[in-house]
Amino acid sequence: MSVGKPLPHDAATLHVTGAARYVDDIPVPAGALSLAFGTSQVARGRIVSMDLDAVRTAPGVVAVLTADDLPFDNDVSPSAHDEPMLATGEVFYVGQPIFLVIAESHLLARRAARLGKVEIEELPAILTIDEALAADSRFEDGPRIYGRGDVDTALAAAPRRVEGSFEVAGQEHFYLESQAALALPQEGGDMVVHTSSQHPTEIQHKVAEALGLPMHGVRAEVRRMGGGFGGKESQGNALAVACAVAARLTGRACSMRYDRDDDMTITGKRHDFRIDYRAGFDDQGRISAVEFLQYCRCGWSQDLSLPVADRAMLHADNAYFFETIRIESHRLKTNTQSATAFRGFGGPQGMVAVERLMDHVAHVLGADPVAVRQANYYDATDGGGLSAPRAARPPENISVQMKGEPARDTTPYGQDVEDFILHEMTERLLETSDYAARRAAVDAWNASNEVLKKGIAFSPVKFGISFTLTHLNQAGALVHVYQDGSVHMNHGGTEMGQGLFQKVAQVAAQSFGVPVEAVKITATDTGKVPNTSATAASSGSDLNGMAVKAACDAIRDRIAAHLAERYQTDAGKVRFDGGKVHVGDEAIPFAEVAHSAWENRVSLSATGFYKTPKIVWDRIAGSGRPFYYFAYGAAVTEVVIDRLTGENRILRTDILHDAGASLNPALDIGQIEGGYVQGAGWLTTEELVWNDKGRLLTHAPSTYKIPAASDAPPVFNVALWDGENREETIYRSKAVGEPPLMLGISAFLALGQAAAACGEAYPDLQSPATAEAVYFAAKRAAS
Amino acid sequence: MDIRFRLNGEEVTEHVTDPTVTLLDWLRERRGLKGTKEGCNEGDCGACTVMITDAGGARALNACILFLPQLDGCAVRTVEGMSGPDGVLHPVQAAMVEHHGSQCGFCTPGFIASMATAHRNGRTDHADQVAGNLCRCTGYAPILRAAKAAEAAPVPDWVQDVAPEGAASEAEEWAMPTSSDALAALYAADPDATLVAGATDVGLWVTKQMRDLGRVIFLKGCKDMAAIKETEAGLRIGAVASVAALREAIATRYPSYAEMLRRYGSEQVRQAATVGGNIANGSPIGDNPPALIAMDAVLHLRKGDTRRNLPIGDFFIDYGKQDRAPGEFVEAVTIPPQPAEIRVYKLSKRFDQDISAVCGAFRITISDGRVSEARIAFGGMAGIPKRARAVEAAITGKPWTLETVTSAHDAWAEDFAPLTDARGSAAYRLDTARNMLERCWREDQGAPVSVLEVST
Repeated sequence: MSVGKPLPHDAATLHVTGAARYVDDIPVPAGALSLAFGTSQVARGRIVSMDLDAVRTAPGVVAVLTADDLPFDNDVSPSAHDEPMLATGEVFYVGQPIFLVIAESHLLARRAARLGKVEIEELPAILTIDEALAADSRFEDGPRIYGRGDVDTALAAAPRRVEGSFEVAGQEHFYLESQAALALPQEGGDMVVHTSSQHPTEIQHKVAEALGLPMHGVRAEVRRMGGGFGGKESQGNALAVACAVAARLTGRACSMRYDRDDDMTITGKRHDFRIDYRAGFDDQGRISAVEFLQYCRCGWSQDLSLPVADRAMLHADNAYFFETIRIESHRLKTNTQSATAFRGFGGPQGMVAVERLMDHVAHVLGADPVAVRQANYYDATDGGGLSAPRAARPPENISVQMKGEPARDTTPYGQDVEDFILHEMTERLLETSDYAARRAAVDAWNASNEVLKKGIAFSPVKFGISFTLTHLNQAGALVHVYQDGSVHMNHGGTEMGQGLFQKVAQVAAQSFGVPVEAVKITATDTGKVPNTSATAASSGSDLNGMAVKAACDAIRDRIAAHLAERYQTDAGKVRFDGGKVHVGDEAIPFAEVAHSAWENRVSLSATGFYKTPKIVWDRIAGSGRPFYYFAYGAAVTEVVIDRLTGENRILRTDILHDAGASLNPALDIGQIEGGYVQGAGWLTTEELVWNDKGRLLTHAPSTYKIPAASDAPPVFNVALWDGENREETIYRSKAVGEPPLMLGISAFLALGQAAAACGEAYPDLQSPATAEAVYFAAKRAAS
Repeated sequence: MDIRFRLNGEEVTEHVTDPTVTLLDWLRERRGLKGTKEGCNEGDCGACTVMITDAGGARALNACILFLPQLDGCAVRTVEGMSGPDGVLHPVQAAMVEHHGSQCGFCTPGFIASMATAHRNGRTDHADQVAGNLCRCTGYAPILRAAKAAEAAPVPDWVQDVAPEGAASEAEEWAMPTSSDALAALYAADPDATLVAGATDVGLWVTKQMRDLGRVIFLKGCKDMAAIKETEAGLRIGAVASVAALREAIATRYPSYAEMLRRYGSEQVRQAATVGGNIANGSPIGDNPPALIAMDAVLHLRKGDTRRNLPIGDFFIDYGKQDRAPGEFVEAVTIPPQPAEIRVYKLSKRFDQDISAVCGAFRITISDGRVSEARIAFGGMAGIPKRARAVEAAITGKPWTLETVTSAHDAWAEDFAPLTDARGSAAYRLDTARNMLERCWREDQGAPVSVLEVST
């Protein structure tokens, strides 16, 4: 069995020896050139003139291109065709590429790019949510609204009400490898592009458009990325296109990587939101009506903002059933970087608001926030299905149903929650984390400490798995078995550190009953598997694992048929296990079988294909089944704050996470630990600051602070829930890329509770909860 | 001019005309050693970390802000040189594989260099040792587990480099004097030259601002300026003593100051950055000056053969302006014996490897329950590191009580009108500076005041 084993990352040894090759490490032919963009220093304006003479005559410069010099399409957007690679007449944010320098080295290109003199007539820039609302600057005609029931009536009828306004922070991806591409010109005008991209097919597509070629003239290859997190879903297009255009022009290999400051200034980040909420509830904290107004800052171009904002709406409920709910989403166009995909893709933003609401309600009632959450959970599901044991519905729900009211198991968008396991997960985590005793200890600490205050918080995650754009839920694979029994595996998924390649290799090895070392993992290549979807939406293993399994099983079945004929037995009785193929009493080494199959003219190569079943979605109506299934998780985090400075620290974190029947528990736990810390960073130290001219001030790690080693919880207990997926996913596993990020919400909530311990008032902690934000929240609580 | 160093065990002699070529670019572009990565090109992420050995031992340094001449007489070991000649993994490499310490792998070579250096030096304060290495994938837990797991393994022979003799001498484009006297003569004759000590700041002038440094004088050869020694006037710290060396020298004597230095930059930065550089660049957010001002330290300046002493607070005149003549340089600083404990509080967005929003230093002398003398100095509160003279006056002579602390409220705004920037708002800075005096008082009362000392 290779599936389910805690094997290390496929490239672990290459990583630790420095031998793992990233785009900028690929040896280039002699005469290769490097590129850099000259960028706008103005948030919005009209280009009056460009004097690029100093750039052209700078040392090492081979050519300088502006939009007018581009041979074909000047567009690097993922879909809306609204994102010129080089500005055409107008600029829309500080950092927008205006001209392209082609030079003999990276350093010379960067130096020269600074010498351009671009005269821009400044126009009023729209930077903030309020400015965008005032100017009605938005994507789509008006707000999108999803929901159920009459919220206003239910609010009026509710015994208690609360309202608030919550700033949801943006986030810089800070993949350690900045964006990079390398284009190698081929005979007949074809182009090969090595790219650090989660979406090689889109790179192929955009490069083909930019070169005026059919897609077959371009091959994009991705062996690995030094981190992606969504930031390399669309943001690598500009570099790949620039390299291809420059390579076509010069006939030389061209590479480009963004210097870190350029990367942070040019590329999009997680969307920041303001979410205003109103809720009505009873004395037990059960919420009968809720309204979320989601204001989403999308930046200057559409990019992936619509599905991001949709997903924020689809996670506004998180784990809770609301009888009436209204979610209104405004997708605002601003003169800032075009916000893009980032792990969770809007889900975290939608979810953090409802979690904040739960704590707000608990604060109003003076209740335990966990009890408030449990009172609002979706119903536990009974009967059927493959998920782990679940409790019966709480008795009060039965009485509700007897009155003929609907069960509390349908999302605001009409999808049934078929395997709601959070009741049991919550109980178990509260027990293993010793929540009740620790909460009492926290209260005792707070009663006896004037300056240092503690907080402990629980938060659940229910995250929908599938691309909401239904047609993206497909994948292909290509598998060869060679005559020596070695296996060559290829699929459309990309490796960005998440361990996808290893998990899928385990699936392939399982099919043939060979050790995982027998399976060669190969670079994602649009020439091998076409028309791939981005490796995104946590879907990598689900989709590509199934496609690879289909390909492997096809070859395996052919081999079995061949052996059945040779040994005069039933193909169904041929077993592949332990590196051997078992037929009757014989156990033949797989290599021998492969050789025999080849000699007998059995095809040992197959493609595999998979499409996710059951999903249907109408994004305009906001109804259907957008998700094949949900992944669950829960976390308890304890923190301490200093009310004199707002300095704060995580003391302990306990996590219970649902990865279904894990394909590789070690890699999955790695995703959970890393996701949690990244999520906690998002809501705490990671602050993006723009000045009033729209210039990003936090454009380097000196000013933008992702968690460092000492920010990891000193006590960090992570366990996998021992269930399996009720849906027929690859070996009943569940997607694990994005959901754990939202476990970090518990750290934010704990800080809010510690701030609340500084006084009686509601601290109204905003995100990111920097030391400064915590300080002022504590001060508000005490006021 | 030639320099000589060892690279993964092999001696290299390199002719250097441009003294600002970084080790990272040289490794990747000239030697084809692509294992060492560029993550930020400013010494803040550690992806480019390498092990450097010289007479002082092994240090982890950021190759992206290390100029080639700084390597003269050093041994460089990159990630490619961490595993054995027969391919056997270094214990930290093996532990990182076993504990799943890499995901995307891009930061991993830098972690390996930091961890192998810490391992060689027998350090077990792992979170501090890798504070300068950012990882975006793992959340660090498996990396810290790996570092712990490798603790007991013997240090492999092959990483125990011995540094060769240096080869550098004076040249047209750059110079590397070997004493304070030689430096004084060179700099007096060429006051427009750029002095480079650890390059943790000047490195960024090159990699980020693309500045032409002109002629560069490297200070690493001035061994007499690296000493930290007891003198009659107090503890004399040579200008090119590293921040790491200062931290070690004051660990027991001034523990609060040393604790602040634990959080100064990162291991890589502390090993390269010099005390003199931190003072001489005049930054309003350097972390040593507030402490040194509060301790009445004396700055020793030198130009040619002329030396003068200055209370360090007087060195900082205005933003970007110091009391330093062309050709004059900081030779040393002396901390006199202290009448009372010095407490230093660094406030930043992130605990480690972060520039202070506010850094406050307090030396409150109490006699008979009253404040007999107060020395309070701050970084991040003005265009220069600056004393809080109004606050000092407001509390001097008063009983050392919370009431006195509170009574100084208005004096703070007389002393400081801080700016709002990406690190903090003006209001936050002023409030927290004030509150640091309260923290100082509470700490005197024995109350817990640091979140870093709390556990569950």
